[in-house]
Amino acid sequence: MWLYAGRRMLMTIPILIGVSIICFALVKIAPGDPVQNLLSPTASAADAARLRAAYGLDKPVVLQYLIWIGHVCVGDLGMSISDKTPVAGEVFEALGHTLVIAVISVSIALALSLIFGVIGAYRAGAVSDRAVTAMAVFGISVPPFWLAVVLVIFFSVNLGWLPATGMGPNGSEAFSYFRWSDFKYAVMPIFALALPPLGIMTRTTRSSMAEILNQDFILTLRAKGLSEAQVIRHALVNIMPQALAMFGLQLGYLIGGSVLVETVFTWPGTGYLLNKAVLTRDIPLLQGTILVLAAVFVIINLAVDLLQSLIDPRLQRS
Amino acid sequence: MRFNEIWKVGFALGTAAFVSISLAPSAQAESVVRVAMTAADIPDYTGAPDQGYEGFRFAGYTLYDTLALWDLSHSDRAADIVPGLATSWRIDPNDKQKWIFTLRKGVTYHDGCPWNADSAIWNFKRVMDTKAPQYNTRHAGMIGYTTSSIASVDKIDDYTIGIHTKTPDSLFPYEMAMFFMISNCAVDKVHYDWNEYYKHPSGTGPYKFDKVAPHERLELVKNDKYWNPQRIPKHDRLVLIPMPEASTRAAALLSGQVNFVEAPSPDTIPRLKQAGMQIITVPYPHNWDYMLRFDIPPFNDIRVRQAANYAINRQDMVDMLQGVAVAATQTLISTQPWYGHPVVYDYNPEKAKALLKEAGCLPCKIKIGISTSGSGQMQPLPMNELVKEQLEAVGFKVELAPMDWNALIGVFFGGAKKSDFNGINFSMAPIDPVQGILEKWMSKYAPPRCCNWGFFKDPKMDQLGAEATSEFDPVKRNALLTQMNELAVADASEVYIVHDLNPRALSPKLTGFVQAQSWFQDLTPIVVRP
Repeated sequence: MWLYAGRRMLMTIPILIGVSIICFALVKIAPGDPVQNLLSPTASAADAARLRAAYGLDKPVVLQYLIWIGHVCVGDLGMSISDKTPVAGEVFEALGHTLVIAVISVSIALALSLIFGVIGAYRAGAVSDRAVTAMAVFGISVPPFWLAVVLVIFFSVNLGWLPATGMGPNGSEAFSYFRWSDFKYAVMPIFALALPPLGIMTRTTRSSMAEILNQDFILTLRAKGLSEAQVIRHALVNIMPQALAMFGLQLGYLIGGSVLVETVFTWPGTGYLLNKAVLTRDIPLLQGTILVLAAVFVIINLAVDLLQSLIDPRLQRS
Repeated sequence: MRFNEIWKVGFALGTAAFVSISLAPSAQAESVVRVAMTAADIPDYTGAPDQGYEGFRFAGYTLYDTLALWDLSHSDRAADIVPGLATSWRIDPNDKQKWIFTLRKGVTYHDGCPWNADSAIWNFKRVMDTKAPQYNTRHAGMIGYTTSSIASVDKIDDYTIGIHTKTPDSLFPYEMAMFFMISNCAVDKVHYDWNEYYKHPSGTGPYKFDKVAPHERLELVKNDKYWNPQRIPKHDRLVLIPMPEASTRAAALLSGQVNFVEAPSPDTIPRLKQAGMQIITVPYPHNWDYMLRFDIPPFNDIRVRQAANYAINRQDMVDMLQGVAVAATQTLISTQPWYGHPVVYDYNPEKAKALLKEAGCLPCKIKIGISTSGSGQMQPLPMNELVKEQLEAVGFKVELAPMDWNALIGVFFGGAKKSDFNGINFSMAPIDPVQGILEKWMSKYAPPRCCNWGFFKDPKMDQLGAEATSEFDPVKRNALLTQMNELAVADASEVYIVHDLNPRALSPKLTGFVQAQSWFQDLTPIVVRP
């Protein structure tokens, strides 16, 4: 186990180096000069050149990368151009905001998908199965940003039950997930984020469960006189590695891919930060956010791999 | 069955509790104006705002003052400059290159630091003297252009400064309406560490900094010791929230999270009106146009430029925008003193076709750089689609090249010769004769200087511009500037399309707001009713 874990961890190093090169290069390739956002339209070329030099953007790109990666290695992601604050602090704070709603969303999606998947597989072809399938297709098909806008119109504008935007009445610094007056700001983002993984995971759970329920050992369990609830429990254990893999994958997607939902709700997470960094051409913030998100995605996948191998040791041998 | 009943009762109780908690009114001890800005982030609030003129509007003139301020107290005429931190200014009768500014006495910054000639000179060095400890590269980039015509600044006495310009510059006071004065004491106190100053900014403006949640909100409180008693805010707190998504801004206003919304999208306006919101629209010096390239075909031919102007059905555009714009037949708006009586290009597709035929440009291929969004760009994608359709109806063949706002700014900075565009859709702010006339049409402002993107060159225009900047009699100067503007329109030097009407949506609980004909607005008169 330890050997397997060590090998998997070593494999993440070249992945992270590759990710760092790609994210640095992508930002550089993007059109537009980052200092232009910091200049008035009537500023002179000399002003632009001076500012470019001040941010080290006049150096060769390779040298810029080496300087940047050198700082990253000691935990310094640079200073945000627009906020004059350390990027690392901003990214990790935003990551915390996203991580909580993403974990809640995917956990809800996982729990419900197991219930719906089991119902669908156990009653294959019945009305309940069709209802589960319809719900799953809806979850997969509905664009989350559209759903977010609809939720806002319905629950905020028409009913006035939930706030439309932001993270708490006094901002994220005073936010508590354990106080309803704050938490209600998170309800709609969580719902909008949970629906797509719910659809995907329900489909996966249903098909895995249906496959397991048709296997011989299920027949043996029934022949031994186990109750249906016990049979389902045994079947569930068998689909857990896939469910866990889906959980990790979906969590990774939500952490990096919630740009639109977070923008609609102005939820100050990594997606919102990324959007802001793109629009304001805040290069250090953009590079730092992408790198951290990629690293988190890699780490989540690593953790899921290791957990899967703990649950099912056959994976280590493969 | 019993379980079902318990479940139903539980659900009903839960829903009731949820609704009652959600709808419970929160006690508000202070009156707060909550603004949803279109900006993607909180603008720089250290005295050199970014994010376009929205940054100046909310993070500039709120916290800081300038020597000359914009008079934003009227909505019936284009805003002009009035005394601010300077009570008066005059040109030295013996030296046409020396402006004398008399500074306002008895003003202190929010941190108690006195405003005087030393503080003013310290501020000029902040963007002009690269060796001064307070020199700030970023500030120089953002607002340094306002000092580009200054040769030196002298202290005459504690409340008088002399500003020497490089050439006679009768329009110089307009530059001083964009240069914010920040507390020298506050910067000295943190030993010129601008990241520290960022935590404790200090100006002389009608609002004081209170707190900031990065990317989320900037909170300012009223400065009840403001030097102009008429502009002491009539509310306690101003909360500025970046909200780039238009539908989110509308929803936030409808659900009561904010009470002041910038630029609601046209399609949300009927819904906002239905909910009782105040929709305010006032013309202001804004110009949604196509800047043209003059050194190569086809726009080096005046007939092609005129054809493009005759091809535009401006009323169609206004209708598409649900009335939040007015037809533009020139760069300036009618209430500006330099508007004049130039040629008017009405919609006349037949004339446009004939002009293109006469110019021998059929189909007349043009490539236009446009942005997908951006400060002052209105709804660039559908608007440009409509312009393309109208131009193609008379014989143009239009290729639109969309890019993000930052990339288009790069194209603008680089000048037409560094791109393959025949024109760009780039909205400028012709708020004064420098930005609205001189920088657009004098050849000395061609790239790498700003803002004659298309290399417009006309010796007569250059001559008139030189005369205007050397003319210190305002009436004579305005006549020269008007002549320049009329000449530019006669030359069809842009494709004129619309002027934005600057829509804003306010909660019915807000009263007292006067929307000025300006990119900047005074929020201080707003009263928030409970």
